[in-house]
Amino acid sequence: MTWPALVIIALGTYAMKAAGPVVLGSRTLPDRIVALFGLLAVTLLAALVAVSTFADGRSLSLDARAVGVAAAAVAIRLGAPFVAVVVLAAATAAAVRALGG
Amino acid sequence: MRSAERRILRDGVAIGVAVGVIGASFGVLARTAGIDPLMACAMSALIFTGGSQFLAVTVVASGGGILAAVIGGLLLSARHIPFGLSLAPVLRGSLAKRLLSSQLVIDESTAFALSQPTPELGRRAFYTVGITLFCCWQAGTALGAFAGGAIGDPAAMGIDAAFPAGLLALMTPRLRHPDARVAALTGAGLALAATPLLPAGAPILLAGLGVFAGLAIRRDGGR
Repeated sequence: MTWPALVIIALGTYAMKAAGPVVLGSRTLPDRIVALFGLLAVTLLAALVAVSTFADGRSLSLDARAVGVAAAAVAIRLGAPFVAVVVLAAATAAAVRALGG
Repeated sequence: MRSAERRILRDGVAIGVAVGVIGASFGVLARTAGIDPLMACAMSALIFTGGSQFLAVTVVASGGGILAAVIGGLLLSARHIPFGLSLAPVLRGSLAKRLLSSQLVIDESTAFALSQPTPELGRRAFYTVGITLFCCWQAGTALGAFAGGAIGDPAAMGIDAAFPAGLLALMTPRLRHPDARVAALTGAGLALAATPLLPAGAPILLAGLGVFAGLAIRRDGGR
């Protein structure tokens, strides 16, 4: 990592974060459009969950991480609070790794 | 209403603290990759999006080169454009306030805000998670980057499973709607299918096409 690279990523990321709030400002968009952006946001978040669960660089793998996230999904289904879900995921993945999974 | 506000404050602070632990694992990773601790802290303060930070460090550490790290980091960050647009009803106020708030637009604050029933609660959710997480992320990164050796191996502690699990928990309320569920599953499938084929960061953008599957469901009268 170099400082110029860091600054380019930081400026680019900030510009993309700020684009919506700055351009739209206090204008009210039609509900349909807001709902569409919301749907897009959820879709991208889901993709991020999937990739950070199964991707290892550019290959896919079913490892301790996936077991941890699966345990978390069950806990979410049962209505567990956020922190319990996160701790369970980490503890499960750690246990699977300790057992050599 | 009062109890909803209390719940948001309690959950929001918990989310921020839990994700701060992931910040510590970023610090450790950066340290392992030979990145100067000060630079790791600067990344967390200035870039402030875990995904792009991890991606950039991983690409550099695996010998992918600076250019690939920059392109991958920016591609992955592009998801913040629709995040910001979808948060427009939540992020009102003066230009200065909106400029400052923009740095807090991240996965967790977006997911938690969008899961609230009203824009007013969404705003509260956004700022509670955004501010707590920003502080904890900086503290976590510094701890990991400067004292990483004393913390141990984040992978052995399963920290890498914590990020997707937490994000899944935050977005679950949104998935009650059939159109969101179909769009999310389609997007996730597209991203996984594209992972071996496209450079890092790009599969998440491609996943945006999943929206059309959700819209088709909506048009069918699913909602």
